[in-house]
Amino acid sequence: MSEFVTSLGHWALATLATLGHATAFFVDLVRNSPQSLRRPYLTTAQVHAIGNRSLIIIAASGGTVGLVLALQGYITLSRYGAAESLGLLVALALVREMGPVITALLYAGRAGTSLTAEIGLMKAGEQLAAMEMMAVDPRVRVLAPRFVAGIISMPLLGAIFSAVGVIAAYVVGVLMIGIDSGAFWSQMQDGVDVFKDLGNGVVKTIVFGVATTFIALYIGYESEATPEGVAQATTQTVVVSSLSVLSLDFVLTALMFSTP
Amino acid sequence: MSKKQIETLVGLFVLLGMLAIVLLALKAANLASFSFNTTYPLLARFDNVGGLKVNAPVKSAGVKVGRVASITFDSKNFQGLVTMDIEREYQFPTDSSAKILTAGLLGDQYVGLEPGADDKNLQPGDTIKMVQSAVVLENLIGQFLYNKAAEPPSKEGSGQK
Repeated sequence: MSEFVTSLGHWALATLATLGHATAFFVDLVRNSPQSLRRPYLTTAQVHAIGNRSLIIIAASGGTVGLVLALQGYITLSRYGAAESLGLLVALALVREMGPVITALLYAGRAGTSLTAEIGLMKAGEQLAAMEMMAVDPRVRVLAPRFVAGIISMPLLGAIFSAVGVIAAYVVGVLMIGIDSGAFWSQMQDGVDVFKDLGNGVVKTIVFGVATTFIALYIGYESEATPEGVAQATTQTVVVSSLSVLSLDFVLTALMFSTP
Repeated sequence: MSKKQIETLVGLFVLLGMLAIVLLALKAANLASFSFNTTYPLLARFDNVGGLKVNAPVKSAGVKVGRVASITFDSKNFQGLVTMDIEREYQFPTDSSAKILTAGLLGDQYVGLEPGADDKNLQPGDTIKMVQSAVVLENLIGQFLYNKAAEPPSKEGSGQK
């Protein structure tokens, strides 16, 4: 019994220590970001690796989510004779919630795991230590560019997801099902506010980008230098990123969209 | 990949992302009809604001001229105090009237402004004197049933429902 209590206390202290270490890591990343922008090509190369390479999966997912939303939305709305509001339904769902969240989850799965594996293997192959020996700060050279690249890429990917989703919904709703095109767009334009809906969605993507990139980099940096360690680290990245994205989504939605 | 190629691809990606945001803002949201006009506040006191919500439109002649900014309870004369933000380019005479109307039959409620005939215009912060409260469906039904019951006796008893 006493061993259980002891191990519980040990676990609690270890978790607190991890949280503190992660916060220090985050502060380091933010502090080194301006310096890393002095070599903009580093960040550009990372935006290519993180953002460009994720474009296909994000666009394809956006398209299919838009198609499905339009179909399901039409079935339910036509029960109440409100089929013309399909554009409004899909646009609000995508721009407010599904765009940021699904993009963040896909991004964590695709870019987050690649970041974790890359940093983990760099640490395992002692590349980061070698850089330090040459008086090159690995945080400026390696970590901060990836952090900034993540913050730049996520809003763009989220916007592409939502835009492709809306276009796909138009294809299904107007071209295939036959809803009036004018009603589709005008209801959408009436109901979606630029700052309250689209702006909040963009803010969400930025927050999710910061969170997922930071988590991926930290878990990669702290991973064990073995194949199993790297494998476990990539799984942990996906799990922790996804959970934090969903919790942050709840907090942000409550802050942004709840009526007082 | 060469450095030049990577930079071009990243540039295209950023361009595509910004295009998506602009497309969403113009086509999906209301940026195209967004007016950066400043507004001025007008007040109105209603006996019953009904289902009027904050951000409901204020319309005159069917055209939106402003938005409801806030709805509070005035505990001095036990009325609902509605503050409306009217766009500065629209001025109304001091004897204009405000009514709470319903869009369609059972739709959302909005404030309708009907202009009066006075020479002077309402200043920011003025109160609209002539108001008509919202129609409360339950009161209407009660009135109808009361009238039905007060008809010449073809059936006795007060209205039941």
